[in-house]
Amino acid sequence: MAEWYDVHQHDVLIVGAGGAGLRAAIAAADAGASVGVVCKSLLGKAHTVMAEGGIAAALGNVDPEDNWEVHFADTMRGGQLLNDYRMVEIFAREAPERVYELEQWGGLFDRTPDGRILQRPFGAHTYRRLCHVGDRTGLELIRTLQDRAVHSPAIEVYMEVTLTRLLLDGTRIAGAFGYRREDGRFVVFRAKAVVLATGGWGKVYKVTSNSWESTGDGCAMAYEAGAELMDMEMVQFHPTGMVWPPGVRGILVTEAVRGEGGILRNAKGERFMERYDPKKMELSSRDVVARAIYQEVQSGRGTPHGGAYLDISHRGADYIKRKLPSMYEQFLKLADIDITRSPMEVAPTVHYVMGGIRVEPGTGATTVPGLYAAGEVAAGLHGANRLGGNSLSDLLVFGKRAGEHAARYAQGLESFPRLDDAQAEEERRVLLRPFEADKGENPYQLHEELQEVMGEHAGIARTGEGLQKGLEKILALQERAERMRVGGSLLYNPGWHTCRDVRFMLHLCEAIFRSALERRESRGAHWRLDFPAQDPEWGRKNIIVVRENGRMVVRTRPVPQMPPELARLVQPAAAS
Amino acid sequence: MATVTLRVFRGDRTGGELRTYQVPLVEGMVVLDAIHYIQAHVDSTLACRWNCKAARCGSCSAEINGRPRLMCKTRVDEFGDRPITVQPLKVFPLIRDLVTDVSWNYRVNKEIPPFTPAPGDRGPWRIAPEDVERLFEFRTCIECFLCQDVCHVLREHGGTDRYYGPRFMVRIAGLEMHPKDTVSRAALLRGRAGIGYCNITKCCEEVCPEHIHITDNAIIPLKERVADVYYDPWRALLRLVRGPREPRGA
Repeated sequence: MAEWYDVHQHDVLIVGAGGAGLRAAIAAADAGASVGVVCKSLLGKAHTVMAEGGIAAALGNVDPEDNWEVHFADTMRGGQLLNDYRMVEIFAREAPERVYELEQWGGLFDRTPDGRILQRPFGAHTYRRLCHVGDRTGLELIRTLQDRAVHSPAIEVYMEVTLTRLLLDGTRIAGAFGYRREDGRFVVFRAKAVVLATGGWGKVYKVTSNSWESTGDGCAMAYEAGAELMDMEMVQFHPTGMVWPPGVRGILVTEAVRGEGGILRNAKGERFMERYDPKKMELSSRDVVARAIYQEVQSGRGTPHGGAYLDISHRGADYIKRKLPSMYEQFLKLADIDITRSPMEVAPTVHYVMGGIRVEPGTGATTVPGLYAAGEVAAGLHGANRLGGNSLSDLLVFGKRAGEHAARYAQGLESFPRLDDAQAEEERRVLLRPFEADKGENPYQLHEELQEVMGEHAGIARTGEGLQKGLEKILALQERAERMRVGGSLLYNPGWHTCRDVRFMLHLCEAIFRSALERRESRGAHWRLDFPAQDPEWGRKNIIVVRENGRMVVRTRPVPQMPPELARLVQPAAAS
Repeated sequence: MATVTLRVFRGDRTGGELRTYQVPLVEGMVVLDAIHYIQAHVDSTLACRWNCKAARCGSCSAEINGRPRLMCKTRVDEFGDRPITVQPLKVFPLIRDLVTDVSWNYRVNKEIPPFTPAPGDRGPWRIAPEDVERLFEFRTCIECFLCQDVCHVLREHGGTDRYYGPRFMVRIAGLEMHPKDTVSRAALLRGRAGIGYCNITKCCEEVCPEHIHITDNAIIPLKERVADVYYDPWRALLRLVRGPREPRGA
């Protein structure tokens, strides 16, 4: 073992400390494994804290008619049937238990008058289903899991560590390699199993609700290690992000504003959702509302800064401050707007990726032995469009399952897989290269350029021609990314950190373009102007991306078909 | 083009200085935007923490013109033409530039007994709205540690060995007042947590970006709880008779 890195050893290594990572850590520890949790930020800062509206689970506390079957059907329909139905079934059945478990661990929710967990309406959920606490549900979830995890003696947390490479023993997982952000010291984590819970890659777009961490390292590392990615063309544009002033463009305006009765209007004062979805109106699914706002703006009916008006002021100041306190504060401080009196200006912002690493539905196992994935980084649950509130329950349900199964896999191995120093050595060379050149590309500049390419060619509305151009630009950026240059030292150096992020993001951009080119239809979040209709043929296929001989290869895979008893639930007749 | 002048602390444990930067002014810009501009266009080695840029995560804490604030929530236009000085939180050991070592807070949190319902009290629970609503305030804490930064005990007196600081008084209050929690943290508060050191100057409340009434709603009720348990003469008498059983707080 070399001296130029530190070594830590755990049965199960969890990468990421958002909702999925922490829930996986707790589950793996409960199953008897020793667990290491690695996060890029401080503990408790993960992007999960930004989840505002709530956790979708069919408790039926407010609408007793609700049950897992309706939740199943809503989720499948929202995903335009591109979802893995087996994941959706597990999800809809287990979500209520996961919510009650949070409560047992000290999590607090808004209550009904008779003391049960209160549930609010949300886009495309048939019944009032989102368990919530004001508009900071994600913070409550992460604090609850965080406190549970840090008090478990089997869990060790490594904060501000970036992992950049999965280490393999043959084809199976042997651990991961990276560096401490504080001082650049290299670290090797030896592990029998690794759970990726690294979230999404909204940062490949400029206008996004995502934080700096959402650079998709986990997905890109898995791709480099040979795992299959799926549905990469499916990027969710949340209909309502802030638009003005420029500094706040993209920051999320929670769907709970519409859940609590917020109304969308165009510059002419028309309630335009009447034209796009007269039944569900503002509470239609996110892809529909985002496209509606986009089309209003394109047709010249946008607000001064290119968005729509979202008005909640009719609910009264007291109600708004109680149910949407963060929104009230956010607009007052950042935009000088009092939302209890005036409407907000909103426009679509990149919020979530439905695609990611392909996993086995019940276990979270990827196609690499010993490698698991859960949460946003995993694909399959949400299909072509995610419903609001389904993300937090996704984290809990599949975080738990991935943690348990990773622990079980680890227990099945008699000894730790072999550590291959050459892999760590090679990754160190990749990481240090930007210090060696005298001149070269600025990583921030490349990041900005890749964001521009994605915004221009892989936005809400796509065309084959645009996607092809975008792909070519990304391939050119990949070449330039071989020649990045940074100054300074290894000590907390954000420019250096950005170099590896950029290389990862460029993989994901390429995957988005190649998958989007392949899907020659419109479905859910993927809207092709040159193929505006849904095509039942494409509805039976997921698009797969995998690395073979150093090149990205695109394939299709049949969407698993529901057995009749589940298909019956999704029939239009079953809709209320 | 209009610009804004920033004086940003650059340095590490061995020392440092304020360096001046001119940043183009954009409407609605916050201090964190200006720091990002410097990173992308002037010096990519400038270190700072940030995550959500929406005042939800509490990562980008700094002392802005001497006042502990979140950089993402501080508009540059509020300073007019005056230069904006940005320095790291003073109470924690410096790592580099605006990044400090806040690991002490995480060690403290680990010492606090977690939420503990009665064994066998399995949900789903019925809890009246008013019993949880008073706790919501404590749960809004985003752990920006600005309150720790201004706390006299920690800042002026280096009291990290004897007082947990306002953040963890809020944390403990949230646990102690949870209707389903069964553990008393009174001994901890009186002992290692050092609640007696707080002399209620309320500086922590002034800087809290979540407007938590740290002293009024968390610290003072906890002080009362400790006083009830340890300094109530009737209870002292009872203890003499019945032995030093620790009563559960109200």
